[in-house]
Amino acid sequence: MTGRVRVFAAALFLALAVLPAASARPAGPALSLVAYSTPQPVMARLVDLWSSTPAGKGVSFTQSYGPSGAQARAIVAGQPADVAFLSTGLDVDGLVDAGLVSQSWGKAPHGGIAADSVVAFVVRGGNPKHIRTWSDLVEPGVQVVTPNPFSSGSAKWNILAAYSAERKLGKTDEQATAFVRQLFRHVVSQDSSGANALNTFLTGKGDVLLTYESEAYAALAAGKDIHLVIPRQTMLIELPMVPTRAAPAQARRFIAFVQSARAQAILAANGYRPVVESVLSRPALKKWRLAYTGGSRAIVRIADPLFGGWRRADRVWFDPSKGRMVAIEREVGGPAGAGG
Amino acid sequence: MPAASATAGPIPARARGRPRVAPTDVLPLGFVACFLTAVVVLPIAALVWESRRQGARSFWRVVSSPEAVAALRLTLGAAVVVALVNAVLGTVTAWVLVRDEFRGKTLVNAVIDLPFALPTIVAGLTLVALYGPGSPVGVDLAFTRGAIVLALCFVTLPFVVRAVQPVLQELDTEMEEAARSLGAGQAAVFRRIVFPNLLPGILSGAALALARAVGEIGAVVLISGNLPYRTEVSSVFVMSRIESGDAAGAAAVAVVLLCVSFALLLAIGGIRLLVTRHERA
Repeated sequence: MTGRVRVFAAALFLALAVLPAASARPAGPALSLVAYSTPQPVMARLVDLWSSTPAGKGVSFTQSYGPSGAQARAIVAGQPADVAFLSTGLDVDGLVDAGLVSQSWGKAPHGGIAADSVVAFVVRGGNPKHIRTWSDLVEPGVQVVTPNPFSSGSAKWNILAAYSAERKLGKTDEQATAFVRQLFRHVVSQDSSGANALNTFLTGKGDVLLTYESEAYAALAAGKDIHLVIPRQTMLIELPMVPTRAAPAQARRFIAFVQSARAQAILAANGYRPVVESVLSRPALKKWRLAYTGGSRAIVRIADPLFGGWRRADRVWFDPSKGRMVAIEREVGGPAGAGG
Repeated sequence: MPAASATAGPIPARARGRPRVAPTDVLPLGFVACFLTAVVVLPIAALVWESRRQGARSFWRVVSSPEAVAALRLTLGAAVVVALVNAVLGTVTAWVLVRDEFRGKTLVNAVIDLPFALPTIVAGLTLVALYGPGSPVGVDLAFTRGAIVLALCFVTLPFVVRAVQPVLQELDTEMEEAARSLGAGQAAVFRRIVFPNLLPGILSGAALALARAVGEIGAVVLISGNLPYRTEVSSVFVMSRIESGDAAGAAAVAVVLLCVSFALLLAIGGIRLLVTRHERA
């Protein structure tokens, strides 16, 4: 019997010894892209296109997609990454704190941003509850789906959009915060990620889903019976794409390609707002120009004095022990709240 | 199998009620010790280490925060309900599979283990589609506490069935027949003959189900709606701490979860020892 154990132990030892060798990276110019989930189809296309350009020829590319926060943590934990494409600047700041990305990433061309989006309402086909504005969300009987702000970057944009919309309508800080609290009394599901929230909404729960405009277009492209509403006041979602400190020169060249007019036109046709706005004047993109620029809208950026950038906004709103959302969640869901 | 052979050596293993390790058994014992250290002891030690990195005050602040306490109560409540449901329905299922003859029994027997093979996130997705707002069977349970129990029952179903089944198969029906011939009714036979024999198996299965239910995330995260204070279980709360960059807080809540689970498992083990004491006497 012990002979068998020995063989087994030897096999296990061998397996452990061989594993790291098998995961070594191949030789030659190679770039690894670590990105959040939604842009996977369009990014795969851009990577293909880049490898047919002189700069991208012969560069092998590995791509990894997953929830933005999880991807950022994986990079901090040691996952090889030359280019990071994340859904909030906050996740990039996490890479900065770990010393993996330059502190001045925001000073790169286009502020280190690869594409934009805005916070949008997704409603049922035909908009049966006539939802147009933020105040429509807190009408009696309206059910709202948004992810949990402590587990999802997408939820953070939604909450800041609700707050800033009220401020742009002339409300005080206190009134706008009260509005967010009121809004959360209508929230019927706080999923762990934007993707899960979309799934919850598509199974039939709720009247409105708060999400990225680009996510909504992805769902529309999949043929879902939903309707997209862009509120007059909303928040600009800036999607950063940054090179890591250790990345080869090709990483910057790839990012420059993504910010080129050619790539931006493709992003624009896939539901993302281009950072090179001039591409929208192309006749082929007329539909998207109308979608992205129609109406006179107040679009607030995270750099607006209302928030003062991601780090401050995160500390004020989403600190896990002292943030405003901790208090709001307690008031809404706790023993004294509306629920039971 | 090699590990099991360690206690069945040539020397009387239970000389004084406690298995003795013979000198020749050092290799398998060492191997098991290394294996357990690598896959259980070290990760848990690292978890405890991480949880106390920010000091005792910070540890206490996180685990005593109202949201963490609400999540913990919901998690333990749901896990206990799930263990009880499994103890009853799992035993009945095992009974039907062993004692009754029907067509397709082999198939049903194979189906029992399927919940283990399915990625639990897929289980969650399927349950939302089946018992959510668009339910084809007209049952809308999703985003309630009932949905959490349902999802946990799904992923823990095999534990009690598989723990009770072999005991039932081994159980000699002669004992029951003898009892019946002595005038015992059906209920008395079950209560005094069958049930005491099954109880250790039921307890083992229920303990496994309880432990699994406490830690489960995949099956629950989609169907619960994760409303803080209402339908947010501890595993999801822990995940949100991690996503918020509060790894120490996440570890702290996980450590509390582990301690409470450990206490529950010890209690169940204690009951099991109590009901099997005649076998060891």
